[in-house]
Amino acid sequence: MSAYPKEYRNPLKKARGLGSAQHGVSHWWVQRVTAVALVGLGIWLVALVLRVLHADYAAARELVARPWNAVLLIAFVVTAFWHAVLGLQVVIEDYVHTRWKEATLLMAIKFIAVLATLAGVLAVLRIALGA
Amino acid sequence: MAEFTLPKNSKIQSGKHYPAKGAKKPRTFKVYRWSPDDGQNPRVDTYEVDMATCGPMVLDALLKIKNEIDPTLTLRRSCREGICGSCAMNIEGTNTLACTKAIDDCKGGEVAIYPLPHMPVVKDLVPDLTHFYAQYASIKPWIRTQSPAPARERLQSPEDRKQLDGYYECILCACCSTSCPSYWWNGDRYLGPAILLQAYRWIADSRDEATGERLDDLEDPFKLYRCHTIMNCARTCPKGLNPAKAIAEIKKLMVERRS
Repeated sequence: MSAYPKEYRNPLKKARGLGSAQHGVSHWWVQRVTAVALVGLGIWLVALVLRVLHADYAAARELVARPWNAVLLIAFVVTAFWHAVLGLQVVIEDYVHTRWKEATLLMAIKFIAVLATLAGVLAVLRIALGA
Repeated sequence: MAEFTLPKNSKIQSGKHYPAKGAKKPRTFKVYRWSPDDGQNPRVDTYEVDMATCGPMVLDALLKIKNEIDPTLTLRRSCREGICGSCAMNIEGTNTLACTKAIDDCKGGEVAIYPLPHMPVVKDLVPDLTHFYAQYASIKPWIRTQSPAPARERLQSPEDRKQLDGYYECILCACCSTSCPSYWWNGDRYLGPAILLQAYRWIADSRDEATGERLDDLEDPFKLYRCHTIMNCARTCPKGLNPAKAIAEIKKLMVERRS
């Protein structure tokens, strides 16, 4: 009784596979750059949230509407979702090995991240521009 | 999805017990057994070995079992001094070389011995490393040059030679790659720590002229970037090497040549 089906292909054929995709560096690098940015933005956000917690609605709106706060909030929203989508992509590629499920999930996280980013940015802009 | 449970025919069952009658210093070894020929599930056999008449290393105990207790036990071994990498196996939950692992250093009462994790098993403690070796061949592990061959050796300064320290010592035992969860889940495409360390060994070689091509070949989300710095490779290496550092150096060069 043979343990494995007979293999006619040379093992090197399988190991070399489809060759190098010639990318991956920017994904890796952007993940690190956004991580560094999120360290600073995260600390700043906690400080802002602590101030908003003790303010009434009008004061909280006014705080968010200040130009620097609005700019940094938008930067946080964009960076956080960008970083999240890069990280989730790695998790999905690692563990989901059924092609159609993998492709669907990879597409879904991108759609969700873009929509959530747009919603977050719009929310800040509405307050900042006084809509 | 990645598989987190064993298939039905791989579930391990309890096996035979071989007591050591009249042993002065008995020590118990639990050894993974599987044969492709009998259609049975894998099992764990229990061997009691008299330490009074056994050498100090786990490999000594395994060979004593094979010679004196159960000749059907199958394992690879050759140099018995940590330079050939043949006897790599999982001892007490850690991949290492049976020949350099002292029995006295095994903390548990019973010494559990399994083949290298997540590889197809040929028999008992012998894993199928065909794909691992093919991946090694795929990185072209030899010097590649464009300049004409010199009339004598290609020279290297002592400083340049030092760049290979920590890499040339790798014996390709596969302990690191088979300890890496990323290699477990994606070993078909991810090259794994051992092969990436070997790839860096040639990238770091001052005499090799194919550095760019080597980096081109590795620039891939799966071949290289499945490494998530889990660091099991560095923790398990029986030669005390750090494959994770070699991978980090490759990633650094990938960024360096872009900016």
